Amino acid sequence: MNWFVYGFAALSIASALMVVTRKNPIISALYLSLTLFCLAALFILLEAYFIAAVQVLVYAGAVMVLFIFVIMLLNLDPEKMIVEYFHPPQILAVISTLLLFGFLTFIFMTNKITGDKGFDLPAHIDQGGGHLKVMSLKLFTTFLLAFEVTSLLLLVAIVGAVVLAKRKV
Amino acid sequence: MEYTNVMLITSAAIFAIGIAGVLIRRNALILFMSIELMLNAINLAFASFSYALNSLDGQVFVFFVMTVAAAEAAVGLGIIIAIFKNRKTIDLSDLRLLQG
Repeated sequence: MNWFVYGFAALSIASALMVVTRKNPIISALYLSLTLFCLAALFILLEAYFIAAVQVLVYAGAVMVLFIFVIMLLNLDPEKMIVEYFHPPQILAVISTLLLFGFLTFIFMTNKITGDKGFDLPAHIDQGGGHLKVMSLKLFTTFLLAFEVTSLLLLVAIVGAVVLAKRKV
Repeated sequence: MEYTNVMLITSAAIFAIGIAGVLIRRNALILFMSIELMLNAINLAFASFSYALNSLDGQVFVFFVMTVAAAEAAVGLGIIIAIFKNRKTIDLSDLRLLQG
């Protein structure tokens, strides 16, 4: 169990690094899908089974197909995409992100997670009729307003995509 | 090391890589992929806090973040295609019209 956690964590970080360092966007997209699959495995290890399924369906399925479709549609020339790592702004960017990572790691290592514990223990979830049932009960009662606002957001996204695709902007 | 700590540090690493991608790369598609990486890192942090605190609320939030990310990807890629139609490039250092 423990080795699965370390393995998938290391693989997801390594493939995320490959996403931002590869020259060709297609290769980046394939590494991004590998990262997303590794994150789905980590979600399963965190007992978030529904989220893992949605991760594979929505991200590794829909969003990645959209990305690869757009990359193939634009048909860019990989020779023109030079990545400049050793210019001063890029070096500053790398240093500042390393500082951010060090800071976050320091916080996570030195602090314990405190706060009120919830009541969704595995035994309670089994009693309540399974993971999906308990989660959807929360979604349609406690978070009902957020759920409705999400439907509005999706409507706006559909209208925006249609407007962008329809005529010359 | 504790179970959730590994997940949180993984999420911090992926988030930092996403920020580095946004800052370093000038290709709009790669920039979008970096944004997806950052959103996924946040999802992982939400899920590990939800696991540590025995509460499913974090997973409901992950669900909302995923919806926002899917909507953002659809509209954003539409914008990239519109820019490419007009300017024949998606290199962000060539798109300086608003910058003057």
